[in-house]
Amino acid sequence: MIEPIFLAEAAVNGILLGGVLALLALGLNLIFGVLDIVWIAYVDLVMLCMYVVYFLVMVYGWPVWLGGLGGLAFGVLLGIAVHLLIITPILSSPPINQLLATGGLLFFIQSFATFLWTTDHRSVRLTLPIIEVGGMFLSFARLVAFVLSILAVIGLYLFLTRTFIGTAIRAVSQDRGAMALMGASPQRVYIVTSAVGGAMAGIAGALLSIQYSVHPYFGAAFGPITFMICVLGGLGNMVGAFVAAFILSEIISIGGVIWSTEMGYVIAFVIFIVMMFLRPGGIFARRE
Amino acid sequence: MRLPRLLGVGLLAVLAAAPFLPLEPMKDYSLHVVIQIFIWSFIGGAWSLMGRFGLVSLGHGAFLGVGAYTTTLLWNFYGLSPWLGSVAAVLLTVALAVLVAYPCSRFRILGHYFALVTLAVGEVVRLLIIAERDWTGGSLGLTLRPAATGTGLAAIQFPDKRVFYYGALVLWLAGLWVWARLDRSMARAAMEAIGEDETAAASVGIHVTRFKLGVTVLSAVLTAVGGIAYAQYITYVNPQTLAGIEVSLRIVFAVVLGGMYSLLGPTVGTALTIALSEYLRIVFGLRFIGMAETIYGLLLVLFIIFLPAGIYGSLRALLARRPRPALTRPA
Repeated sequence: MIEPIFLAEAAVNGILLGGVLALLALGLNLIFGVLDIVWIAYVDLVMLCMYVVYFLVMVYGWPVWLGGLGGLAFGVLLGIAVHLLIITPILSSPPINQLLATGGLLFFIQSFATFLWTTDHRSVRLTLPIIEVGGMFLSFARLVAFVLSILAVIGLYLFLTRTFIGTAIRAVSQDRGAMALMGASPQRVYIVTSAVGGAMAGIAGALLSIQYSVHPYFGAAFGPITFMICVLGGLGNMVGAFVAAFILSEIISIGGVIWSTEMGYVIAFVIFIVMMFLRPGGIFARRE
Repeated sequence: MRLPRLLGVGLLAVLAAAPFLPLEPMKDYSLHVVIQIFIWSFIGGAWSLMGRFGLVSLGHGAFLGVGAYTTTLLWNFYGLSPWLGSVAAVLLTVALAVLVAYPCSRFRILGHYFALVTLAVGEVVRLLIIAERDWTGGSLGLTLRPAATGTGLAAIQFPDKRVFYYGALVLWLAGLWVWARLDRSMARAAMEAIGEDETAAASVGIHVTRFKLGVTVLSAVLTAVGGIAYAQYITYVNPQTLAGIEVSLRIVFAVVLGGMYSLLGPTVGTALTIALSEYLRIVFGLRFIGMAETIYGLLLVLFIIFLPAGIYGSLRALLARRPRPALTRPA
């Protein structure tokens, strides 16, 4: 039997993990919703941003917050580059080719990172305290990351609802054809979407780099769960992805304490598969 | 005989005689590469049975893993011959394929969603193998228990590579035969109609679920057989190389590279990717770890952007004397 306190600690850690997963999923979901393309390599872009933060902070001695901003800026550039170099030429290809082109990018990034930086695990070493709340031990780094990722999510929400280009982005994700009729330039909306998606990747990279060590296979570890969250939440449905991130992170975290980390993920994936059958449009989809 | 048939017969004769050609210094290595090409082409062909009809699975690693691990575990722990073990493996694969494909078809999981559901299935199998590390060896993998001398046939373990060579050749030809057989059957027409529009297909009396289920089970079973063959040849199984997203993507890439709508497309694609990665490995060796794969990834992206019909598919279209009328799809 497991002590209730461990379960409570797992539940709280699950919430903290959920904040980061939500951030990962929201960037991907934004691109997914607007461009209707799955960037299979999305979490590998996050991994590159983590390396940037690592080098800026640990090698060049930048303060952490500035390194984080550097990661964000790099993420924006990456997002735009991926869109212009890879997505634009195949925008009208069959979906499978678009999926595979970013899958090729995944192989490329993964092995190029191995080539440049070997498979060593590198971490941004911060001496942040472990705080004790009612007998539970929580990492301060995770708490900070959670708060910042919630702020980033709120920022994304405000951007999408309060600005003109944000409204245009939401309009495209609802009806691609109508947008051109309204006189908005599709390419511009796509680039802004990719840049914002890249920025989310940069923020996620910065926040992940203070909790996890970075290595070339980081994307493989977090990639699948990120896709699952997007689909479970519903394509382009920001609130759905947000809730799905917390559901899955709780399952992983509590399952991890009761059985093992792998079993936590297995249960999360099985629940994802079953949910797909029961509610194919995502947890918040209205029944047809 | 017409030219293509003549070429085919000639190629087959060369392949059949290859193990006896005097290639001495490189012989074992060349055989090793060709055996891998046969096995993975067979697996790629199995994948394309589904892929060509729009059922893009990113989880074929699941079937590879179930096949390879079932026979290996039965052999290692109970001494059950892989011949019998593969029967169990195939049954298990059928069960898994039905478990995934039936609801997918019933609830109309298509396109991206189908790809992501299958991706999740592949990850579930990989993680289960890792989680059950007490008897599967976890991520370290598992070595097949060597057979006692004289029982190689029962254990499908042979010291002579040539045996595996002919076995893999036969497997590959069988895969091509299944592909061609399906290509000429009514099922192909039905599946194409389903791939275009399920509702329309159902309205002309095609039993959508039955056909989808059938083609998925066929593809899964052949993939599992390929996994068993690979495990028997390498005598080592590992969740990274036989289950999960990475191997699943590799299969898909090879097929798309070659062209999934033609008989030899998967073979051409697999041969190219294996030859390329072997060549890059020889050129760069241990000096630049990751360089070979980097070039491989870059080429994949370029190929998908510039040659979307695949190498073999594009070549064939180029060589076709009469330009075919362009397929126009009603909007």
